[in-house]
Amino acid sequence: MKIESYVFLFVGFFFGLVGLVYWLLSYEDAGSTMLLGTFLLGSVPGFYYLWWSRRMSPRPADDPNASVEDGAGVVGAFPGSSIWPFVIGIGATFVALALVFGAWTLAVGLFLVVASLVGVIYESRRGGLV
Amino acid sequence: MGVPGVGKPRWIARFSLLSMLAVVLGGCSLPTFGAFRGATTQGQAEFKLWSWMTIAGLVVAVIVWGLILWAVIAYRRRDPDKMPRQFHSNLPVEIIYTTIPLIIVAFIFFYTVTTENKIDALAPNPAVTIKVTGFQWGWSFSYRNSAGKQIALVETAQRRPPVLAGNPTSPEYPQFVLPLGETTRIVLQSADVVHGFYIPAFNFSRYALPGVTNTFDFTPVHTGVFPGHCSQYCGLYHAEMLFSVRVVKPGAFQTWLNAESASGVVA
Amino acid sequence: MTPAAYRPVVLDESPEHEHGPSGLLKWITSTDHKVIGKSYMITSLVFFLLAGLMAMLIRAQLANPDSTLLSQHTYNEMFTMHGSLMIYLFVGPVAFGGLANYIVPLQIGAPDMAFPRLNALSYWLYLGGGSLMMTGFLTTGSAADFGWVAYAPLSNSINTPGAGPDLWIVALLLTGFSAIFTSVNLVSTIYYLRAPGMTMFRMPIFTWNMLVTGILILIAFPVFTSALVLLWCDRHLGTHIFEVSGGGVPVLWQDLFWFFGHPEVYILALPFFGIVTDVIAVFSRKPIFGYRGMVFATISIAALSTSVWAHHMFTTGVVLLPFFSLMSYLIAVPTGIKFFNWIGTMWRGSVKFDTPMLFAVGFLVTFLMGGVSGILLASPPIDFATHDTYFVVAHFHSVVMSLVMAAFAGFFYWYPKMTGRMLREGLGKATFWLMFVGTNVTFLPMYLVGLKGMPRRIAEYAATDGFTTLNRISSAGSVLLFFSVSIFLVNALVSWWKPIPAGDNPWDASSLEWATTSPPPQHNFLKIPPIRSQRPVWDHNHPEDRIIEREGPRLGALVASAGGGTVLLDEVGLVGADTIETRDPDR
Repeated sequence: MKIESYVFLFVGFFFGLVGLVYWLLSYEDAGSTMLLGTFLLGSVPGFYYLWWSRRMSPRPADDPNASVEDGAGVVGAFPGSSIWPFVIGIGATFVALALVFGAWTLAVGLFLVVASLVGVIYESRRGGLV
Repeated sequence: MGVPGVGKPRWIARFSLLSMLAVVLGGCSLPTFGAFRGATTQGQAEFKLWSWMTIAGLVVAVIVWGLILWAVIAYRRRDPDKMPRQFHSNLPVEIIYTTIPLIIVAFIFFYTVTTENKIDALAPNPAVTIKVTGFQWGWSFSYRNSAGKQIALVETAQRRPPVLAGNPTSPEYPQFVLPLGETTRIVLQSADVVHGFYIPAFNFSRYALPGVTNTFDFTPVHTGVFPGHCSQYCGLYHAEMLFSVRVVKPGAFQTWLNAESASGVVA
Repeated sequence: MTPAAYRPVVLDESPEHEHGPSGLLKWITSTDHKVIGKSYMITSLVFFLLAGLMAMLIRAQLANPDSTLLSQHTYNEMFTMHGSLMIYLFVGPVAFGGLANYIVPLQIGAPDMAFPRLNALSYWLYLGGGSLMMTGFLTTGSAADFGWVAYAPLSNSINTPGAGPDLWIVALLLTGFSAIFTSVNLVSTIYYLRAPGMTMFRMPIFTWNMLVTGILILIAFPVFTSALVLLWCDRHLGTHIFEVSGGGVPVLWQDLFWFFGHPEVYILALPFFGIVTDVIAVFSRKPIFGYRGMVFATISIAALSTSVWAHHMFTTGVVLLPFFSLMSYLIAVPTGIKFFNWIGTMWRGSVKFDTPMLFAVGFLVTFLMGGVSGILLASPPIDFATHDTYFVVAHFHSVVMSLVMAAFAGFFYWYPKMTGRMLREGLGKATFWLMFVGTNVTFLPMYLVGLKGMPRRIAEYAATDGFTTLNRISSAGSVLLFFSVSIFLVNALVSWWKPIPAGDNPWDASSLEWATTSPPPQHNFLKIPPIRSQRPVWDHNHPEDRIIEREGPRLGALVASAGGGTVLLDEVGLVGADTIETRDPDR
């Protein structure tokens, strides 16, 4: 997990530096703000990963000598299929249409999104279509 | 462990030498590679940078293309059963090809900055000041005296829709006049959207940006008529936002300016 | 939450196949990364074909001076939608939504993406967005016609009114969210679902590049998506964020857009760099030359690419020229490292020119042209002379066409894995040569016509401008490209009608995706070979030519205590470069 954190920390480090230099050279607001945001985007997850990497026990994926058996056990829960992403997608598209035409599509879209959010929550509790 | 073959093949070295030699033998006339030599002092400064950077770029490109071609030809699979040696790094070589580009970058950056300072430099006392305004779809060129008052005006006559003639130098499009050898200040603005004030022969373009006033100088070194375009896409008739610039001797310029002032277009 | 109903996935057991829905319902409901990846690829190819047809219309219009084939209005729609479809809906999604989605979990030995349902949602948002953008053609006004960059204030409701531009905006909102979700998914998958022994520095370069691309998307797309919301507010809620009249700043749009737009170029490019890296290594029968340098170069390119956005704005007169110029030049250094590493990988190898390798070499040659012209454009004075001319068009088409070649390298390379069938080599080589020649015939004249002063996005030019001959050559070249892509489609159809079985590993490749069947079963692996190097499958197939890793000098441990940034020099870059030793049985 250490190298994973360094990747993000590098983003934070680099844009902290570049953002500072850019601000001092230009005093330009928009670019400096975005560079500051990018600095945070790198350093916040970076330090979080670093913090975690010091607390967790090393994973088989980080061990160059791990054997496949070390990874035995539950990797995670992977649904085989689900209808809800499709429904949310349709709903979101209808909501987006409402931003253009400002019409009944908003109601349809919101209904589909809310209904499928309920559906997906129940599905992950019950197992759904899997 | 080493990769002794990673060097320039000899013919590439010869080629780059030859191209350098061709440039030196050509004396002061650098190769254009299809670009304009620049009809202003600013444009000529740009051209020198362009020419040298293109030479440098082509030399590097030819070396790398040569290496690719060499690798592709020399190391093609001849014997399917023979396995190549499985080497995967060579630290000295890697350091060399990291360092050399850094040095090249330092050089071209230095050259770029000195050139751009020349081009962006503003003369303390320009001989002529023209306020240029871009609008959909045309240009106006307002000549100002030292007090900032308009003394002559050239502008696109027909705006919406514009004339669909196509040739920037045809009389339907505005033509402004510059004096040879004197520095003209251009004050560039936009009346609506972003336009690009672009004169190819001057090797120069600048946005006409709403809310921003851009200022720059032209010092023409050749007489003639040069086409101008709007380079930044600005809506339906972007292609028709044409104009031209005529560079004349200072005497002829004064005559033209007096005639324009007298013709009464001045608001 | 109790995931008890799910079958826990255990990698070294052979899971029973789950029989979900079949037919159309399977494609709609599947959360399998392989199905979603294929959906992404097919959809983005459709957008590619549509955008390609628009390009053919553009070239037909410009083949003659004073052309009236298309009206000015239609022409403006065509280049706007050509650019938008290609950039937003093809080159990016085909890589991070299609190829990466399919390949990355396989390359790291994962059973699926980390968030399968989110992955499916990404696809549906992408399809919804893409459809909405195309719907613009059906509206009474027109499709969007403000260029793919939508510069304010041209993109406001006065200059470009109507539903078409609005549809363009909301379409990109949807695809923007789709891209963000996909990259969250990719980064999480790479961080959390690697197989035992698959350490970060054993991942294939394609996976590394997708990780960096994912982070780059997380940096760039939120900025763009918020900028689009602001633009929508300007158009509908009467705000004046980009309007001078209400105290707004039009150039702010350019800042926001290019802060997304330049990283976007590398979001498009990095995945294809990865494909080419892996393809070259496989077809040269050698490990990647300078693996860590390659990773370091990728990260540097990504970082630098986010600090150069205003080099698209040199001619605005309001940006800090030397800063952006220097940062842009610096990108040449890691890119150069990549080039030399690619050449080093082929060096003294045994290079076989199957179609994927041909495309990879075509990429190298073409991309170099785009790179060199890019360095010229990074110089503000040269940009003053060529900005918004066909020189720029030629530059980025050299780049993008090289990426298209790399995409085809990827298609030809992984098609056997995805379908279990081979594509025809003869047709593939015809595709390559037509595309390679076509690209150069189409886009090299554009450099020259740009230097002669032809601005981009003009619907017509005069016969007296002197642009005619070069434009005709370009148009002729585009016909070659048309045939090239047509032959590729024929190739896919032929492989469908008369399949040639591919086997699990037709290219004698080295990364983990070639350890499973073609196409892979649900949850990907029935068994995984031990991972002891960057080339687990190669090690298994060529035990006498494998590379034994040994523990390197841990100089890094000392540096690590110094903290943050300097650690990377060791971990990513140069110090650790010789921690691997070669066993050389031949000599």
